[in-house]
Amino acid sequence: MKRWIVMLGLILISGAGGAMEADIQQWHTESGTKVLFVERHELPIVDLRVVFDAGSARDGDHPGLARLTSELLLEGTEAQDAGEIARSFERYGARVSTNSGRDTGEFSLRGLSDPARLEPVIEELAAVMQGASFPADALERVRRQMLLGLQQAKSSAADQAERAFTRAIYGDHPYASPPSGTTASVEVLDRQAIVDFHTRHYTANNAVLTVVGDLTRARAEAIAEQLSQALPAGEALPPLPEVELPDGPQTVRVPFEAGQTHVMVGQPSVRRGDEAYYPLYMGNHMLGGSGLTSILAERMREDRGLSYSSSSRLSTGAQRGRFQMATQVRNEALGEALEVLRGSFAELRDEGPSEERMEASRRNITGSFPLQLDSNRDLLGYVSSIGFHDLPHDYLQQFMERIEAMDRQTVQAALQSQLDPEHMITVLVGPEAVINGVD
Amino acid sequence: MTTRNAFFALIPALMAVPAAAQTQSEVSEFTLDNGMQVLVREDHRAPVVVSQVWYRVGSSYEGRGQTGISHLFEHMMFKGTEAVPEGRFSEIISREGGRENAFTGRDFTAYFEVLAADRLPIALELEADRMANLQITEDALSTEREVVLEERRLRSEDRPEGRFGERYAAVANVTNGYAHPIIGWADDVRGMQVDQLEGWYEQWYNPANATLVVAGDVDPEAVHALAREHFGSIPARAVPAVSDAERLDPPGERRLVYRDTQARVPQLRLGYNVPSFATAESENDPYALLMLANLLDGGEGARLPQSVVRDSDVAAAAGAGYNPMVRLDGEFTLYGVPGDGDVEAVEAALREQVQRLKDEPVQAEELERARSQLLADHLFELDSVFYQAMQLGMLETTGAGWQQLGEFEARIQSLTAEDVQAAAQRFLRAEQLTVGVMLPDDEEA
Repeated sequence: MKRWIVMLGLILISGAGGAMEADIQQWHTESGTKVLFVERHELPIVDLRVVFDAGSARDGDHPGLARLTSELLLEGTEAQDAGEIARSFERYGARVSTNSGRDTGEFSLRGLSDPARLEPVIEELAAVMQGASFPADALERVRRQMLLGLQQAKSSAADQAERAFTRAIYGDHPYASPPSGTTASVEVLDRQAIVDFHTRHYTANNAVLTVVGDLTRARAEAIAEQLSQALPAGEALPPLPEVELPDGPQTVRVPFEAGQTHVMVGQPSVRRGDEAYYPLYMGNHMLGGSGLTSILAERMREDRGLSYSSSSRLSTGAQRGRFQMATQVRNEALGEALEVLRGSFAELRDEGPSEERMEASRRNITGSFPLQLDSNRDLLGYVSSIGFHDLPHDYLQQFMERIEAMDRQTVQAALQSQLDPEHMITVLVGPEAVINGVD
Repeated sequence: MTTRNAFFALIPALMAVPAAAQTQSEVSEFTLDNGMQVLVREDHRAPVVVSQVWYRVGSSYEGRGQTGISHLFEHMMFKGTEAVPEGRFSEIISREGGRENAFTGRDFTAYFEVLAADRLPIALELEADRMANLQITEDALSTEREVVLEERRLRSEDRPEGRFGERYAAVANVTNGYAHPIIGWADDVRGMQVDQLEGWYEQWYNPANATLVVAGDVDPEAVHALAREHFGSIPARAVPAVSDAERLDPPGERRLVYRDTQARVPQLRLGYNVPSFATAESENDPYALLMLANLLDGGEGARLPQSVVRDSDVAAAAGAGYNPMVRLDGEFTLYGVPGDGDVEAVEAALREQVQRLKDEPVQAEELERARSQLLADHLFELDSVFYQAMQLGMLETTGAGWQQLGEFEARIQSLTAEDVQAAAQRFLRAEQLTVGVMLPDDEEA
């Protein structure tokens, strides 16, 4: 459902992730869709995902276009309205959804593998992929939902910080387009723009299909053909432009009345497949990517009680992803928190990691090898990402080997060459007097 | 595309969803001499194990002055023992390639590790050590109080939805410990002292009050032996009796209108006080309530998304939910977000849907669709080893018993349209209802 669902908040979790090599089979359908398939027969279920190069990076001058298109994919065909479509899946116990992010737009389906239940559901999915008609009433309803979501985001410091940070690090690049759009752009998005976006991006040549579950290769092939044939052939899209780094260090201040200030510090990172990714991964893991044992958690939380959550994250995309440190801290301690956050990063970058930390991180990363793919759903996500980014099938194995062989000099060199304080953006979302009182 | 005629639509009714029980491995249960319960569920898809230690204590066990103690105590459990000083626990698990954490609910506090299956002994050794030998120091407590207060600002105080949720719970649960937030009221957290926490440890962290749940690529007998080895020597103690208010007469309809200067979008919540697995007089009641929630919001094709959102455009979003895994009475919840700010219209529409469930028996096709979904979702849940363990632990600590899991399919299969309608009439009554409305406060905005 939509983002404003009332969270019942019945559990407080203090923070909470995991790969043996899967046997991935790959082929192309007749109409050109790449297919990845992993057979798993332990449970009588099938998970399937069709990923398109159709994310908000393709919004052009219309922020929110990719998202609005994605939200409308299950809202009607010439033959069926949204309710009829939904019930055609639900009567067989299947779950279907669409999703969109910066790089991709996708369909996900989870169903029972029994052919009498799976076949009608695949047929329905093919019908929707082929015939999405973007009815006018559904468009207006979903537009209004998106506008309400944007309204609600104004009352969330975390949302405000995320928006400001993305805008600041990506500047004019398409990655700066907020996936959920802006009020001004969503208000004027018209049906023709959606139909054009759909025709251009949701095509067989632009799709990667991943299937995990209780199927034979023959059945998986039949399903892949059926779905692929439902799509127009289409043309491959031009690659996204390269991301340019921000001009200089900059602090962005967003006034927000609250007891805490939300802090984000970071910059664009590297793209998928870049060699520097591996040492940066290691550096980030030590700094703030490994939960309670990371440097940021130790210094901010354990030693000083400054914050509940202090972490760093490294993500990659078709183009440069991002590196970011994030925390939330009581207003009176903002100065100290910034000092610790920036200081910890500078220290790791200037001095490099200790051999002891390197060893602990190596053991954690390589030891968690089997944990990453223990459920069909996790496996689906992993294999789908291998497919979309054209990574080798033994990606995880290679990744582990690189981590195993990594030394501290390599990590330090990557931090120094890739993450330059000269390009670092800081975003502060908190009361005006508080955020203006620090550098 | 196939033509969809009436016969086609009824096919699912003729075919049961493949029995979850057939694919669901058995649960093995052991009890150690000191009263500690051990549950093991085998799942051999990956060489991974999930270990969870559940204690029967959570925020609903707390009184005023000590609210938030279960959760703060959970944080203190990472602060070290003589053998494993502060920071070491996480470090050891991390070095072994695992992850670990903990969570606190209204009825339980649970600690978990996820590891390669052959490393289970490490997790058990660490958990047994902190069950028996935790050290609580003033220094560690004063840091952790601050951390929890930050967590409280993040989750509750600085978000309109958080502020609304706390007020709603206080109004909806007048008579029991579900009235206060799991994280506690800020002044209670601020005032928490070492001796209070030591008392909490003494009182509740006791093998007879704990359940070890292990799921994954393991052998039950081997787990039993390991559990005996690590936990077996911790002395048994008596578990204090819990005295919650007996179920009261229907408390009467209550209403909270909360205005918030930061809120931008109005929200509505309707909560009916209803039985749980643990408090139900008839075993079928919680299943009938699950079915009712599914009829309303089992998917985009269900009644609320169809009638209240798409057909009428009254709400931009609407939903329903019910969790039977609670120790005291539960809540059957409906919520809505108006499309154009008209909360009253949303409330009327949600109440109309409740009335419909009472007035009309559900049609066969709709009932079968909801049944198919409930059974399929139940099967899908087996995909997550962590969640399998979680269900067992939650059923145990809320008094329902893990065996309830085995009942699920048969109970859902046997529900009739009459059962469902009768449950709506009995439980979704105005005198059981709390209405909560959050409104943007324009005057001050």
